[in-house]
Amino acid sequence: MTNEGRRQKVGFGVLLLATFIVVIPVTAIVLLIVAKGWGALSWSFLFTMPREGMRAGGILPAIVGTVYLVFASIAFALPIGVMAAIYLSEYAKDNALTRTINLAIINLAGVSSVVFGLFGLSLFVIFLKFGVSIISGSLTLGIMTLPVIITTTREALRAVPRSYREVSFSLGASRWQTVRHAVLPHALSGILTGAILSIGRVAGETAPILFTVAAFYLPNLPTGLSDQAMALPYHLYIITTQIPGIPENYRYGTAFVLIGFVLIMNITATVIRSKARRKR
Amino acid sequence: MSRPENGLVCPPASTAGEVKMTVRGLTVSYGKTPALKSLNVDLRTHEILSIIGPSNSGKTSFLRSLNRMNDLDPHARTAGEVRLDGVDIVRDLSAEELRKRVGMIFAMPVPLPLSIRDNITYGPRMAGVRDAATLDAVVEECLRAAYVWDEVKDRLKTSAQKLSGGQQQRLCIARTLALKPDVILYDEPCSGLDPISTAKVEESMVELRKKHTLVLVTNNTKQAARVGTRTAFFLMGEMVEIGPTDRMFTAPQDQRTEDYIVGRFG
Repeated sequence: MTNEGRRQKVGFGVLLLATFIVVIPVTAIVLLIVAKGWGALSWSFLFTMPREGMRAGGILPAIVGTVYLVFASIAFALPIGVMAAIYLSEYAKDNALTRTINLAIINLAGVSSVVFGLFGLSLFVIFLKFGVSIISGSLTLGIMTLPVIITTTREALRAVPRSYREVSFSLGASRWQTVRHAVLPHALSGILTGAILSIGRVAGETAPILFTVAAFYLPNLPTGLSDQAMALPYHLYIITTQIPGIPENYRYGTAFVLIGFVLIMNITATVIRSKARRKR
Repeated sequence: MSRPENGLVCPPASTAGEVKMTVRGLTVSYGKTPALKSLNVDLRTHEILSIIGPSNSGKTSFLRSLNRMNDLDPHARTAGEVRLDGVDIVRDLSAEELRKRVGMIFAMPVPLPLSIRDNITYGPRMAGVRDAATLDAVVEECLRAAYVWDEVKDRLKTSAQKLSGGQQQRLCIARTLALKPDVILYDEPCSGLDPISTAKVEESMVELRKKHTLVLVTNNTKQAARVGTRTAFFLMGEMVEIGPTDRMFTAPQDQRTEDYIVGRFG
């Protein structure tokens, strides 16, 4: 074999190995959680309140709380993020202000989540007097996920060929008409991808909800946005570290529900996305 | 050096109409390099003005300043004056109003990812036309005028992007016609087309001349000779010569025009 051929083989092998290394932890995590948590899953685990100091019963309030948080924060962040991305990609001129805004977005993405939690505590909980509530937590999570939504939406808008815009303008359409009819419909699937990514992040984050919404234990389900709520990641943290004597499969069952929830949301959004793509 | 039009270059009476657009001292530059230097020309109704010249001669810059597509390029700077029916197209018209009256066909056909019908009705819909019967009439009329109706009439609801390249370009012409423009600008419309589609496009142009003013930028001097009533030769941002097409191709007055036409450069 030639030297060049051998080098090819080695290079190929290294790349393949790297790919396997990526797959191993994902598979291991899923297998571990499924193996250890499957046994806990039951109707009563999913749909009843915790009992006996959370050592028995179900995790319904944590599931409900996470659903609340996901939908409320996406309802806040998706429109704002998409509108900001449309402004930045379709309207804004390349000047100092735009560059500053871009820099701010990048930095927002880099802020650690516990800092978002602290920020949410001081702004929403204390200053705006929303208290420790779903609304405070959702706004905090929403702000945290804005950069994800903005960045993916901008990429999606950028992927729409420039020629579509040119054609639309050449047919006498205004800038907004061009955005609305020639650009947005074709960026929709990309925008949905951003929403999917943020759902996963919102559902899984613990730190931002720690001070803003999460409750250790609540005897009742939340009834509105001004209530406190339990949430899956925080619940998982509590039963793992704060309460001795919890059966192991309760912990893994909770983790299983958490990743299962994110997975279901992702699959739903992916189906919607591929339908939107097929429609054109 | 550009020269203003003189009376000698008037095409045969049967082809010339009244002045539709006047261009005076038009200069276009991108950054520091001027692409078009102080151009003067008049466009008349019922004419097809072919513009020939090597690349970077300012042909497309000229075309794109007639419907202000240059506005979309943040680096483009335009000076001078263009009037449509005597009205200044920058000061007295919005870009949207102007583009409805001065349509454009691009080199690469770009059907929007919509049905054939929705492509044709895009312009009218953006202008606020909602009535389905009106739109249907527009669709048929424009597709016929663009010589593509027979090929697509049974599948108006299918995606326009499924059409062949030649059909797509004729669809784009029909889409522009739906605006009922006074002037139609063609930017090398046949550069990617097969000979049969090219022939159909040219046929439709000759027909459209009856109602519209046409400007055709082309790299194909033979095409300019076939369809142009007048021909202009651009070189390095200047209009070297303009005149009736038969005269330009038989007795060009400028040596550079002759060199280009016979293929000595460019």
